[in-house]
Amino acid sequence: MSITPEDVAHTAKLAQLELTEAEIERFCRELGRITEYMAQLSEAITGDEPSEPVLPLIKDAQALRDDVVVPSFDQKTALSQAPDSKDGFFRVPKVIG
Amino acid sequence: MADALGSGATSAPALTDAHLDRIAARRDVNAYINVTGEMAKVAAATAAQSRDLPLAGIPIAIKDNITVEGVPCTCGSRMLEHWIAPYDAAVVERLKSAGAVILGKTNCDEFAMGSSNENSYFGPVQNPNAPGRVPGGSSGGSAAAVADFQAAAALGSDTGGSVRLPAAFCGVVGLKPTYGAVSRWGLVAFASSLDQVGVLGRTVDDTRRVFEVIRGYDPKDSTSMRDIPVEPIPETLTIGLPREYYGDGLDPEVRRAVTGTAQALQAAGHRLVDVSLPNSPYTIAAYYIICCAEASANLARYDGVKYGYRSASTQDLSSMYGRTRSEGFGMEVKRRILLGTYVLSAGYFDAYYATAQKVRARIAADFTDAFKTIDCLLTPTAPTCAFKLGEKLDDPLAMYLMDIYTTSVNLAGLPAISIPCGRSSAGLPIGAQIIGRPFEENLILSLASEVEERVGGSNNVS
Repeated sequence: MSITPEDVAHTAKLAQLELTEAEIERFCRELGRITEYMAQLSEAITGDEPSEPVLPLIKDAQALRDDVVVPSFDQKTALSQAPDSKDGFFRVPKVIG
Repeated sequence: MADALGSGATSAPALTDAHLDRIAARRDVNAYINVTGEMAKVAAATAAQSRDLPLAGIPIAIKDNITVEGVPCTCGSRMLEHWIAPYDAAVVERLKSAGAVILGKTNCDEFAMGSSNENSYFGPVQNPNAPGRVPGGSSGGSAAAVADFQAAAALGSDTGGSVRLPAAFCGVVGLKPTYGAVSRWGLVAFASSLDQVGVLGRTVDDTRRVFEVIRGYDPKDSTSMRDIPVEPIPETLTIGLPREYYGDGLDPEVRRAVTGTAQALQAAGHRLVDVSLPNSPYTIAAYYIICCAEASANLARYDGVKYGYRSASTQDLSSMYGRTRSEGFGMEVKRRILLGTYVLSAGYFDAYYATAQKVRARIAADFTDAFKTIDCLLTPTAPTCAFKLGEKLDDPLAMYLMDIYTTSVNLAGLPAISIPCGRSSAGLPIGAQIIGRPFEENLILSLASEVEERVGGSNNVS
């Protein structure tokens, strides 16, 4: 399964990354090599084996905490590090051109 | 150090000042991204009044992907260069309550992605043992700070070896606790099913003291465990040597040092057993599929809206997202987001991600089987000693393969420790790794103490 520049460009779009032509070319080469290496996993798994929850540790630990209301960040704190905000809202560039 | 403080041989403020002076004099190591000198002085003055706390006055460094309230938490990224953490991580809260003095935030690979600490927006860290060589990653700043006496101990995070590998390269002790032993609240997420906060110290005892403070249940982390029973440690241990960890690609000097360590433990009365972990060859492939997949989802939150960097040159929302992320993230982070998105995308999911999860289950089962007849495993931490800065930057796969002995531990959720076990002919530190059953940190720490006594432990530059 080789990776084409089109694959990289499509994946970058899905991941909301804007790449230059040079980056696409570089990632195409690197990801091609890495995924080729990863393809060896198909030798490890033959036939259908169920994919069980991997870590029994995690399964046992899934205890939800009590649903108690506790103080959280106020609006001012939540907005304090936004690149742009106004009147208690996050502000972003226009969505529809 | 705690003993010197307790006996009054030194004071907390004097100790903190000495460390701040050392940090200032050794800026060229680039171990710290931000030094919190004023906060440290205040904490030291308070600690001087509360000497009975377990870490009263002990100066500790925090990896810059763990939050400290009111202090920037950059994660080694341009994306978060100016982000001030609004709360303390659970582990930081515990350290503060125990009287520890926080010296600052240490350099690391961007979002903890890397094995050499060269992926930091704030520049690489130098290995204090050998300038011009990498300290290992991703907790490279933490390991370098501890090795270079710029901190008594440090917190790091370990997703695939990021505490143990730099510990080995810098000649210090590095503990990666069991998944669930330590709260991840306030640790910036990279790969949530693998991430765990760890400890770096110059001795096993220092490492243990910090671990005992940070461990324990936290209601804010649903994967943290409560009521973990402490198992008694048998006097004579059966130590497994997994043959797959001593195969091709292992540097002969590292092999000699680790094998020598095994023989020293045998001479001390422990039993050595040859074991097999048959799915080991698939570890790196499974690990990088899973960690990149999780990273691609976790890092979707950096969108230039709520906090962090936003590109100035945008006209509409869509290009704002794309440009912000392209300008805010470095090459390795982009590479992993792309890889993660690719292995999760339609048409490739089964071949990569679903298969990797099955392999992960097999790798965990290999350990469970092995632990039926042995108490722990002894392996090299890394296949080589610290390599030169820049040496592997153009070959991501070669860099990934540095994690060949450490990632299986994260895939299986086990505890492991890297302990110094000698030096190469060039004087570079070598680390041995002890892997234990879930929640048997006490056992691996105890065996690491024996290695320290018998093989020499850490002897760092001063």
